[in-house]
Amino acid sequence: MRKFLAIVLLLILAVGIAQSIGKIPFGTSKTKVGRYYIDNGVEETGATNIVTSVVVNYRGFDTLGEVTVLFVAALGLGAVLALKKKKQENDELERASLVLTSGCKFLFPFILLFGSYIFIHGHLTPGGGFQGGAVIASAFLLIYLGCRERKINENGAKAIESLSGLLFVVIGLIGLAVGGYFLLNYLPKGIPNTLFSAGIIPIIYIAIGFKVGAELTGIIDNLMEAED
Amino acid sequence: MILVVILIVLMLVAAVAAAIFKDLLSAVIASCIVSLIAAILFYFLQAPDVAMAEASIGAALVTAVFVIALKKSSRYEE
Amino acid sequence: MTFLVDHIYYIGCFGLILIGMYIILAKSNLIKVIIGLSILDTGVNLLLIAIGYINGGTAPIFSRPGIEANGMVDPVPQALVLTAIVIGVAVLALALSLAIRLYRHYGTLNLRKIKGQKW
Repeated sequence: MRKFLAIVLLLILAVGIAQSIGKIPFGTSKTKVGRYYIDNGVEETGATNIVTSVVVNYRGFDTLGEVTVLFVAALGLGAVLALKKKKQENDELERASLVLTSGCKFLFPFILLFGSYIFIHGHLTPGGGFQGGAVIASAFLLIYLGCRERKINENGAKAIESLSGLLFVVIGLIGLAVGGYFLLNYLPKGIPNTLFSAGIIPIIYIAIGFKVGAELTGIIDNLMEAED
Repeated sequence: MILVVILIVLMLVAAVAAAIFKDLLSAVIASCIVSLIAAILFYFLQAPDVAMAEASIGAALVTAVFVIALKKSSRYEE
Repeated sequence: MTFLVDHIYYIGCFGLILIGMYIILAKSNLIKVIIGLSILDTGVNLLLIAIGYINGGTAPIFSRPGIEANGMVDPVPQALVLTAIVIGVAVLALALSLAIRLYRHYGTLNLRKIKGQKW
């Protein structure tokens, strides 16, 4: 009965979605605002990656909201799962084999380096704070899977997360004080296609990278530490 | 073009497999394949930023989170 | 036939959305429902990016001088989807933590067996 109802509902939905998707032509230029960003983005923001300039500069306030949603979700996960932490002293964890442990320890700094490269060069090449933060979190995930006896410093992760969120807001507020609106790009824009260019965009993306990395690591940490 | 068609057919097959499997671990791996092929399609659609995000988050972190949650609860669908 | 091949991305997104929706509606296991949510999420993201594509376009990055601005694909959907993916993993983890709490409390993940959830 339930499956029959679901299939009837899906058929109605399928007709509706197909009618609306069928009217959209594939492969043609559709919006004027994207064209404006492409034509004027490099002069106005100094970043050669237009997606970065849209995420951090044109729609920076939106990104601040998204980061806040991420923060609230991580906080809610901690609140839902937080009971008493189980004590690891009496139940011995089975140690992983030497190959796995040393392989994880060997790969860990390189993955961290790659993640930092991605978010430092976010305004020049594909990548940025969100992707770099995810790569850093996957490095910590590797440590969690390979070397179970290692623990990250939770207070340190929380401090990094709060400080980088604060940095984002403070940079925006300085813009409000200097030029009249939030997240104004007040630093010199420099020459495009060089590392020190695009004003506040690299600084904000580095802050986002640290924040996303710390938050995703905290999510994995909370899930792993929850009792069975 | 033929490569894109093959990839999309594979993606839909993996999604159907995720719906059918009774073993939830297999279903999670099938949804990981969906994410991975979606990342390749993002690259073909000239969106390298999104492809990076989808490959590192959709294929790695989401799968890890699901597997940890399966370990804390039950593996088989009743 | 050429219509189908031209719109192959739309067909893929359409299929993903419908399969995800079917899992959410018809399955009773909570983790299966969350898997359906993630598939639905991927389908919607792919649809947004496919709408922003331009035939023969290049990525919106001026990585070397002399790239034509005319053929670049639309950067706005890419920026939206980029943040949506990251929000998606956090929301998914929150949903899974709720599922873990439910399992700890009721001992089952079947929604029909959980008291007060009789649909």
